[in-house]
Amino acid sequence: MATTTDQQLVLARPRAPRRPAARRNNFELYSWMFMRISGMALVILVLGHLLIMNILDGGVHRINWGFVAGRWASPFWRLWDLLMLWLAQLHGGNGLRTVINDYARKDATRFWLKMALYVSMVLIVSLGTLVIFTFDPNITN
Amino acid sequence: MTASATSAASAQDNTSAGQDKTNAAGSRGSQPPVPEGAITITVKIRRFNTEFDDEPRWESFQVPALPTDRVLNLLHHVKWYLDGTLTFRRSCAHGICGSDAMRINGVNRLACKVLVKDLLAGGGKATTITIEPIKGLPVHKDLLVDMEPFFEAFRAVKPYLINYGQEPTRERIQSAADRERFDDTTKCILCACCTTSCPVYWTEGSYFGPAAIVNAHRFIFDSRDEAAEERLDILNDVDGVWRCRTTFNCTDACPRGIQVTKAIQEVKRALLFKRV
Repeated sequence: MATTTDQQLVLARPRAPRRPAARRNNFELYSWMFMRISGMALVILVLGHLLIMNILDGGVHRINWGFVAGRWASPFWRLWDLLMLWLAQLHGGNGLRTVINDYARKDATRFWLKMALYVSMVLIVSLGTLVIFTFDPNITN
Repeated sequence: MTASATSAASAQDNTSAGQDKTNAAGSRGSQPPVPEGAITITVKIRRFNTEFDDEPRWESFQVPALPTDRVLNLLHHVKWYLDGTLTFRRSCAHGICGSDAMRINGVNRLACKVLVKDLLAGGGKATTITIEPIKGLPVHKDLLVDMEPFFEAFRAVKPYLINYGQEPTRERIQSAADRERFDDTTKCILCACCTTSCPVYWTEGSYFGPAAIVNAHRFIFDSRDEAAEERLDILNDVDGVWRCRTTFNCTDACPRGIQVTKAIQEVKRALLFKRV
């Protein structure tokens, strides 16, 4: 970091590229746009979900197996919950990806944090999706 | 004979007076008379001599100043009369060259454009002005930082006219409306106030930073330039415009009043809608 006059001045070769060439793909553009669109959708989905679950008709105290089974009898609410799960996971995951990109100091740290993030995202999305699609209201003990 | 003897004596006088004055290393000597109406201001400077210090330290100086003085005058006073080892950049001292960008009371400003009267503590309280080097670039000494990473990002966006057509025999003409399109971003003086006020740049130095994007904007929207696609490709990558979190620190810091965040958004829009 410190440069003193004792050190030899090293000049880079003229036109020596110091940055890797641009990858010429639109991934960052699409992920930026996805954040905006999914964010807007999530405002409606999540606030609606919270309203139904916690405020209307006695709120959280009426939630039980039967309540969930009743709601998921309608494909509309299954689709609502499925959308909320996928959008929230991808939105939050992409947000964390940018946080890791910004704050990880070492390339190895960055790589492993991102791997942990992606694995957790895949696990939660798969488990949630599995439950939404295979939920059986008549299941017995 | 007499004349030369007198001049020799006076020369000797000068040297002895000069020696007497240099109490601090490299400084000019005893302090000048304090002007009428001057108030004493504590100038608290973040100092770092990489040869002797393990880490930066704060040092305070009592400096007499008029309300109409610039912060740069305070630094001059410290360097010339109190401690000649203080190191900072300045060149024109009139807000044109962009050499003296520093963090003054926590915000990035040019020391030559901030007046003491705007920093005075109200209610007759003593005024302290803190001065730090700009953040995010390696410190060489005191307020002097290594600007190379900043200029590397600047060079990487190809900040020069690229035109593949036949070179015209007269100047390249442009309508007033076409010129207006990028007028704001032509004002950049590369002082690094914006880039080093950006929280993303503080944590990730590979981000191009606001200044490089502003200078890319200046050519992307120039009707005479033909390399908008090349620059947009460069700024479309992970270190490009999508890293911007629109915190507006850059717009607030710009001593030239450039709408920096707006320029970045315009580049994003050009990428989204493929319209330059």
